[in-house]
Amino acid sequence: MASPTKTMAMSATISATISGVITRHGRKLVILIPLIWLAIFFLAPLVEMLQVSFTTARRGVPPYDPLWSLGEDGFSHNFNLENYLLLYDYLPDYLGPTLNSLRLAFFSTLICLFFAYPIAWWIARSDEKMRLILLVLVMLPFWTSSLLRMYALIGLLNPNGFINSALLAIGVIDQPLQMMQTDFSIYMGMLLTYLPLMILPLYASLVRLDDALIEAAADLGARGVEIFRTVVLPHSLPSVLAGCLLVFIPAVGEFVIPALLGGPEQMMLGKVLWTEFFRNRDWPVAAAIAMILLAILTLPIILARYQDGRIDREG
Amino acid sequence: MFRRVPYPIIWLGILGFGILYIPIVLMMIYSFNDSKLVSVWAGFSTKWYLSLLNNDQLLAAVGKSLWVAVWAATISTFFGVLIALAFTRFGNFGGRLALSVMASAPLVMPEVVTGLSMLLLFIAMETFFGWPAGRGLDTIIIAHATFGMCFAAVVVQARLRQFDLAVEDAARDLGARQPQIFLTITLPMIAPSVIAAWLLAFTLSFDDLVIASFVSGPGSSTLPIVVFSKVRLGVTPEINAIATIMIVMVSICVIGGSLLMSKRNKHD
Repeated sequence: MASPTKTMAMSATISATISGVITRHGRKLVILIPLIWLAIFFLAPLVEMLQVSFTTARRGVPPYDPLWSLGEDGFSHNFNLENYLLLYDYLPDYLGPTLNSLRLAFFSTLICLFFAYPIAWWIARSDEKMRLILLVLVMLPFWTSSLLRMYALIGLLNPNGFINSALLAIGVIDQPLQMMQTDFSIYMGMLLTYLPLMILPLYASLVRLDDALIEAAADLGARGVEIFRTVVLPHSLPSVLAGCLLVFIPAVGEFVIPALLGGPEQMMLGKVLWTEFFRNRDWPVAAAIAMILLAILTLPIILARYQDGRIDREG
Repeated sequence: MFRRVPYPIIWLGILGFGILYIPIVLMMIYSFNDSKLVSVWAGFSTKWYLSLLNNDQLLAAVGKSLWVAVWAATISTFFGVLIALAFTRFGNFGGRLALSVMASAPLVMPEVVTGLSMLLLFIAMETFFGWPAGRGLDTIIIAHATFGMCFAAVVVQARLRQFDLAVEDAARDLGARQPQIFLTITLPMIAPSVIAAWLLAFTLSFDDLVIASFVSGPGSSTLPIVVFSKVRLGVTPEINAIATIMIVMVSICVIGGSLLMSKRNKHD
């Protein structure tokens, strides 16, 4: 048994060694530790998903044939394009959700912009106390579960929900309005989920707008709308684009909103993927849909990265 | 002319805030409704809160979600600080582009894609190494930590960018070594942003439904998974109650945090 002094000496040596390693290789460790983690748990999953999208579905665990195998008869592969061909064969079934995803995400982005710009302007032009209150009001929903907010929205829009009950009670309508499972409910859900994401970059840009520029424009005879068009809007345009991408990209791949608020007419890619995976248990097709979703989003994602870099450099 | 905010802007702003808040406020009010019917007010009652206490399934899910979120947030913050340090202190190191792509892509990746790809990796790893054997809370923690660290890195980076490097230089001139500088000078000064990063990663993990659904195994249903399965069956007052509790807790944290931050800023 080690004596206490020996143990202490040993632990001192160990900690000295560790701190020595950190001092000498600290830089490398700081870079390598997250790099390795992300390579294993972010990059490798994508590669694995690409592989699975070329396999054949089967009954069993896991529910797909291995892509490569090294058996008694040597190296063999099961590479096939079946899943992508299947998506092509049933194109109408998958094209609809793809177009829905793009259409609903696009108009949701515009609606968010429509409400976000006035709020961002209002916050940027308020005095310090009001600004803090408004910013907290924007941040609060951002920190609360979006699932619960969608749930609250269902309570509002349901055939027996608050709006319909109120309208029926005062006699404006005599039959409940169909608001759930329509484009309207999707747009409301998107607005509730993504409005804060649009407001924050717009606010950050508008608050940096120099008053002197506005005064100069006013001195030169520009009116309100003209000042907005020639000074304010050009100044905020990069963050308008940044905010739009911040909303559009996750909105395209959204699952919760079409699942809880949408009907068959609002089928989106995220929900199709979910159904293929959880209900049909066809993992290879789900993986192929994921690859298509990524392919659609590649361009906006690259654009967003470029835009971020530009705002960083200029801001 | 632009000094004062024009009234149409304020009205649109109020409408926007109304859309954000009316559903939540109504839900909170009706969590005290005596009736099971959503839209009929039958008097004040706290019975749904009491029945929560007897709902073992929901309580167990809360416990699991807390466990997952605390671990995911802690791992996220640790890695997030490392990533932020690398980007703000190391200049143009080898692998910078690789790290920057991999640390920002998860921010914009659709949740269904992240969830599915993670699950496929876990299954492949299980086949090759025998780990993780089945899926449970540990796989959820790994998945949440992976995207959480990217958000944490953004928060900490923002703070490290405004950091006065002269302070670190002074410590170095006085003979402090790099790890010592970091632990005694840098870390205490960026502590608020580290706490903010932890809270953000915690919230993201606690609220996540989609990724957790893919990588969870039987018996590891977190709170959003349980809530989602209940919501599909219709609106129930018990969910109103638990949602109200969560929103009130988050509100206290956000408002408290904002007040603290604004006081700090005034002192600076």
